[in-house]
Order: sequence, then C-alpha cells, then structure tokens
Amino acid sequence: MTEALLALWDGAFGSSYAIWSATLVRSAPLLLLGLGVALAFRAGVLNIGAEGQFLMGAISATAIAQSMGSMGGAVPRIVVIPMMALVGALAGASWAGIAAWVRQRFGVLEVISTIMLNFIALASISWMVRGPLQEPTRIYPQSAEIPGPAQWPFLIPGQRLHLGFVIGLLACGIAWVVLTRTAIGFRIRAVGASRSAATSAGGIAVAGTVLRVFLVSGACAGLAGAAEVGGVTWALYEGISPGYGYTAIAVALLARLHPGWIIVSAIFFGALEAGASAMQRDAGIPSVVVQVIVALVILGVLAGSQRRVIAGAATLGAEARR
Amino acid sequence: MSTEPVVATPRDQEALALEGITVRFGSVTALDGAHCTIRRGTVHAILGENGAGKSTLMRAAFGWLTPDAGTLRVHGAPVRFQSSADAIAQGIGMVHQHFMLISAMTVTENIALGGQGRFDASTTAARIAEVATKTGLPVDPTARVRDLAVSAQQRVEIVKALVREAQILILDEPTAVLTPDQATELLRWVRSFADAGGTVVLITHKLREAFTVADDITVLRQGRTVVSAARLALSESHVIEALTGTGTGTGATPASVEASTVGPTIRSARISSERRMVDHIADAPVLRLDGVSYVDARGVTRLRAVDLAVHPGEILGVIGVEGSGPRELLRILAGRLAPTSGRVTRPDVVGFVPEDRLHDAVIPTFSLTENLVLAEGGHARGWMDWSRWRGVTRDLLATADVRAVGPDIPMATLSGGNQQRFVIARERRRATAALIVENPTRGLDLNASARILADLRTLGGHPRPAVVFHSTDLDEVLSVATRVVVCFDGHVAEVQPPLDPNDRTPYTRAMTGSDRPGGEIAAERR
Repeated sequence: MTEALLALWDGAFGSSYAIWSATLVRSAPLLLLGLGVALAFRAGVLNIGAEGQFLMGAISATAIAQSMGSMGGAVPRIVVIPMMALVGALAGASWAGIAAWVRQRFGVLEVISTIMLNFIALASISWMVRGPLQEPTRIYPQSAEIPGPAQWPFLIPGQRLHLGFVIGLLACGIAWVVLTRTAIGFRIRAVGASRSAATSAGGIAVAGTVLRVFLVSGACAGLAGAAEVGGVTWALYEGISPGYGYTAIAVALLARLHPGWIIVSAIFFGALEAGASAMQRDAGIPSVVVQVIVALVILGVLAGSQRRVIAGAATLGAEARR
Repeated sequence: MSTEPVVATPRDQEALALEGITVRFGSVTALDGAHCTIRRGTVHAILGENGAGKSTLMRAAFGWLTPDAGTLRVHGAPVRFQSSADAIAQGIGMVHQHFMLISAMTVTENIALGGQGRFDASTTAARIAEVATKTGLPVDPTARVRDLAVSAQQRVEIVKALVREAQILILDEPTAVLTPDQATELLRWVRSFADAGGTVVLITHKLREAFTVADDITVLRQGRTVVSAARLALSESHVIEALTGTGTGTGATPASVEASTVGPTIRSARISSERRMVDHIADAPVLRLDGVSYVDARGVTRLRAVDLAVHPGEILGVIGVEGSGPRELLRILAGRLAPTSGRVTRPDVVGFVPEDRLHDAVIPTFSLTENLVLAEGGHARGWMDWSRWRGVTRDLLATADVRAVGPDIPMATLSGGNQQRFVIARERRRATAALIVENPTRGLDLNASARILADLRTLGGHPRPAVVFHSTDLDEVLSVATRVVVCFDGHVAEVQPPLDPNDRTPYTRAMTGSDRPGGEIAAERR
C-alpha cells in the first residue's frame, strides 16, 4: 500500500522530469477542458461533451497543420500555431453548437446530445486516421507527424511542458476576471443561478447568454485538443485522449466551478494521471485504481456541495418538459 | 346567520359528511371546525373567497391531508383516510384545478396509472370507452394528453375518477379553465350525473354556477362554515353576505388581528385617495391598454378586449380570483407578456414586483449588491464598477429601511419582509413612472405585510408613480388602492366604491360574477 502511494507520488512529483514532463503536461489539457466545463456549468449548461469537442479540435488542428505544411515553402511557426489554435477552438465551438442548436430547436437536453456527440467525434477520428488524414504508408491508423513549424514550443529546455499549459493558465485568469468584473460575466452567473430571476427581474436574454457560453465552452475544449496535438502527440490517433474530457468534469466540480481553483484542481488530476502510470510500472498496481480515486473524488464533491449543479439539472429538466 | 340551521340529513341519505374539521398549518388555522353534509344524488356547491378553506376542506375529504380534528363519514360510516388511495377506495374521486395528467402519455396510460395488477392497454381502453359512453363524456383512449384541449383533459380527469368507480366526485373550480360554452356543457353534465344518482361536490367562486346547478350550498369564510343549506332556502344576497361577512347580525367575526390592522387603514386610505384623485385626473395616463386580448399557450382566452388607463399618482387595485385574468393583466402592463392583440402604451421601464419573490425577483445566493445589479443585468455593458454599486446598495438599504448587515450578505439571509422591501425599492429606483405589484405580502407575517402595504400607500416621487396592485386578499387591495378594477372571465371593469367604506359586497359580487346578467348561465336556462 505504502509502496503504491510512494510510486504514485514519485511518478507525479518525484523528480523534475515527473513534474515538468509528466504531471504538468497532463494538466495542460485539463486546464482548458475543466475551464470549459466549469463555464458551461456556471451558466446552467450541463455540457459533458468536452471529450468530443476536444477530439474535434484535435482533428481540425492536425488537418490545418498538415495542409499548411504541404503548401510548399515554409509557413512560419508564428502563423501555423495560432491557426491551429483558432481552427481547433472553432471546431470545438461548432461541435458544442450542434448541441446548443438541437437544444433550442427541439428541446433535446444537452446532457444527452453532448454525450452522443462524443461518440460521433470518436468515430470521426477512427475514420480520419484511416482515411483523409492517414499517414502516407497507409499502414498505421494514425496521421503523419505534423511538420516542424506546427510543433508547439517547449517552455523549458529538456522538458516536455509546452505552450498549451500557459494558454490554459491565461484562459483561467481571463475567465476569472470576466466572471467577476464584467457585465457579461454577471449575466452568465445570474442565468446559471436562476433563469427565472434573470429573465423576470433582469431582462437578461437567457437563450443568447446560454448559447454564447456553450460555444465558448466548446471552444476551450477544442483549443485543448489543438494544444494536445501541437504540444504532445504531434500526430492524430484514436487514443489521443485518455478520457480527458470526462476527467475535466471532475476537475470543474472539484474546483467548485471557480476558474482560479481550476488550476489547482487540474494539476491535482494531472498528477493522478501521471502517477498512475508510474504506480502501475513500479508497484504493479493497475492504473484503473486511480480512476476509482477519481470517481470517489467526484462523488465526494457532489455529495458535499454541488447542490447548485443538481438544482441546475432539475431546472433544465423542468424546462425541457414544458 | 352564522350557523344557519344545517339541513338535517338522515344518515342513510348522506354520501359524505365532514364535521368539526380543523386543519392548522403551523400557526395558521386554515379550517376551524368547518362542517358540511353532502347528500347522495345531489350537487353540492362549496363557495368561499380565496383562502376561505374550500380546497383545504376537500383535500381533507380526499385524504390529501389529515385534519387535526374532526370526523369524516362516507355513506354514514366513519372513516379515516391515510392517503388519497383510501379515499379512492371509498368511491371518492377528485378533479383538481391543475390537472394531474402526464402529458406525454396516452389517455389510457394516464387512467391506468395508479391502478394495480397487470396493465393491459386494450382492456383498459375498452373500460374507458364503456364508462365514457355510459356517462356521456367523449374521450379518445388512444389520444396523447398533450394533444388534447383543456376541456378534453378535464373529461379525462373525470373519466379517470369514474373508471375507479367514484360515486362522489369533487370538482375543484372546474369551469375556471373553460370557455363559457364548455362551462355550460360541463355544468349540464354535472346535473345529469347527479340526477342519475351520483354525487358531486362543486368548489367554485362563481355564485351563479352554484345557484344554477346546486341542490345544496355551503359557504365557508375564514375556515368556518357560515352557511350550509338547501339552495331553495337561500337568496343570492344572503349568500353574498355570508361570503363577505357583511350584513346585519353577522356572527362571522373576522380574525381579531385582521380587524385591528386592516379596519382603520381602509378608512385612511380612502381619505387620501380622494385627495389624490383630484391631482391625477389632469395628467396623461402612464399606462394604457386599448382593446388588449390575451390567449394563453393552451388556447384559453385570459383577457378580452381590455381598455384601461392608469394615471400618475394613482394606485389601481386589481381584484379577481385566480385564473380570471389579473396575472396576465399585470404581466402585460409590466411588459413581461406580449398581448395577442390590442395596443399597450407604457414607459420603457416599468418596475415589477412579481408574486414569487425568491424565484422571479431575486437570486437568494447572490449578495444584495448583485441582486440590485440584477435589475440592470440585461443592458449593463463592459466592466462592473462593484464599489459604486455597493455604495448604491448601501444607500438603498438606508432609504428603504431594509434591515441588513451590509450590501455583501446573501439575499437569503434577509427576512421575507426585508427581501420584499428591497425588491420594491430596487424596482422604484430604476422605474420612476410606473410600478406593478403582485401579491407583495405572500408568505409574509402580519407585521411585515402591514409595513409593505404602508410603504406602497406612501410611495413618493415627482411626479408620483402610477401603481398597479393586485392581491388575492380583498382587504389588502381596498386598504391600498385609490381605484379598483375587477377581472372576471377576462373582462376588466371598474368597481364603483360603495357609500359605506366597509361594505365589501360590490367587490365580492364583481369577483364572483353575480353582478352580471346571466351570460353563460342564461344559455343554460333557455
């Protein structure tokens, strides 16, 4: 038991490599994904499709990186990387937009539609890596490595921590300022806390606010997908996400939907992910044990303080029934 | 007249008897020894104002709540209901004002719900069809409830009770959701059901319905039975006196607290109202409706060609029972509801104090400052200057005398009365010309209510705001309003104040529709 926990700790924080090349690298996507989930939940939108939005972001970023690489002449890094980020974010937002649209047009609960869209996104990757984006030899179900200028810069020489982590930190900071200091942020919080009061007392356009938050939430997840391709994998393949999009829900809930705490929470879950593989390797404990820990954390947080989310779900249910 | 000689009913004729029923909710006594005896094969109307205890009494009869005291007999035998299932087993069926149907399910499925044993759609459907034909209530067993009109849903509710072999039907305000023609149709059916040996208890606000179809009438006032007699032994004026507690030798004493707080204020409000009448007449109206009609999502007409003008300085009291139009009227004036037809003239910003404070007016988990800003939420732009808003909130708390530690505490920590004062002050702050107030004392204790009403009477500003005020409590409206209009069946008409300021008869008559020529019932008589 002690041995297992030690292995877990070592794998996450035991060395500078563990910290800068394992834990924080795994935290990077969780920052953006957790933030996206938290923003949506804050507005009462139960977007649990971060996984699918992440995958769509990864597909699009790979596609744009490949096509810019084959344009002849070297398209510089300063152009390619922002393009990847932009296209990834747009793809994530569009994927979320589908769920937002069927919600507003047909009243389909986003809990259901976003989960379904996750499976479609997963299937899309399977097709992409065997079809349009498959590597030139056509042997392996994965894309070719993205060209050099499309590979995101590392932050520390010799370590794998990449630009995506900084973007995640910035995004959390911006979200925190927007939520607490701006009119738009206030509207998001009001809509999430009470749609009826936001409409009746505030004259807030609930549908518009919800739609925008939904899109931003998807954009965060899509951006995370682009960052993962650009900063970590440099290629697209089916197992590109070890369920980051689902862990992100735990990240958001543990942070109690607060953008500042997302940073702490994302690093905590990143450490668990990193430590789990070390634990399996060194102590022979299956890494699924960590998933059990993750699940227990979610349950604990839910039982402790997430009445807001539950109440939100109940409100959504009631509105859908109308 | 307090205890009208109760019709002596031999036990073998009684279908349902309630004696000495007392129900308390916390410190509030909803029923105080109410009684009535319903004879088999008759229609028995239960009349009373809002809050008189009609629905509570029938919920006790249907096993929805267990009375704190009193006895219940069904067909002469004493019973004690633990739940409505017990009541159903005794042959009692109830159709609630808000239907208990699942809209996504078919008629058959809805009726089978709550049954026992195996569910077989075809046998249930056959049974429904049989009951429907026998009793003359057309329903389609295979239709989905959400596709049915309100009147059809009501038939489903009745058939549901009859399929469970109800011999005693309790109908709670059944005509409130119906058009006049449908209401006539239903009342005709009620009559024929009773003539065929069934028993119907008809809870209603409408005096005329009671006098048209009922054999016996029971009037409740403030939780007590004030009249219970055969219809032929009663006159309309007699019943109205019983409803309002006016007239000579009344034994129905209003609760002493109410008399002491409301009595004097009615008079003082009247005096100030006369003064105000003079200064507002010359001004142009702030709020105006021309031929405004509203049909709700279910296709029920809630307002019919309403013309109305509210002037600065005026407090227009709106009375009317639930479902007769006040709710829609207030929301259209406040700009929260778009009329189906007609023209609305109103200022850009109209203050609105909705009745469901915690749901529609404030966010309990937000701070007072945030709740103040909520009113600006729709059009605020850019950065929020929280320190300025905190200052504004602090001023508001001081001027409106809201008892709160400071602007940063959550709204939920305030008492109901302080929350309501906050909401009224907030709405007054952003809308100076017009204020719409709906049931502002709901859920408040007597002292808090009295303060809210006093605040509303003394609203300042120049020019003074036009106020539209609705309460289900007639006394409240009379104590605040300078002019009173009544909603009945979607029509809105002004009520001429009586010479005696304590006479409430004209208001009650208007609310129950007994001041109008027969209307729907005239067709019935023809």
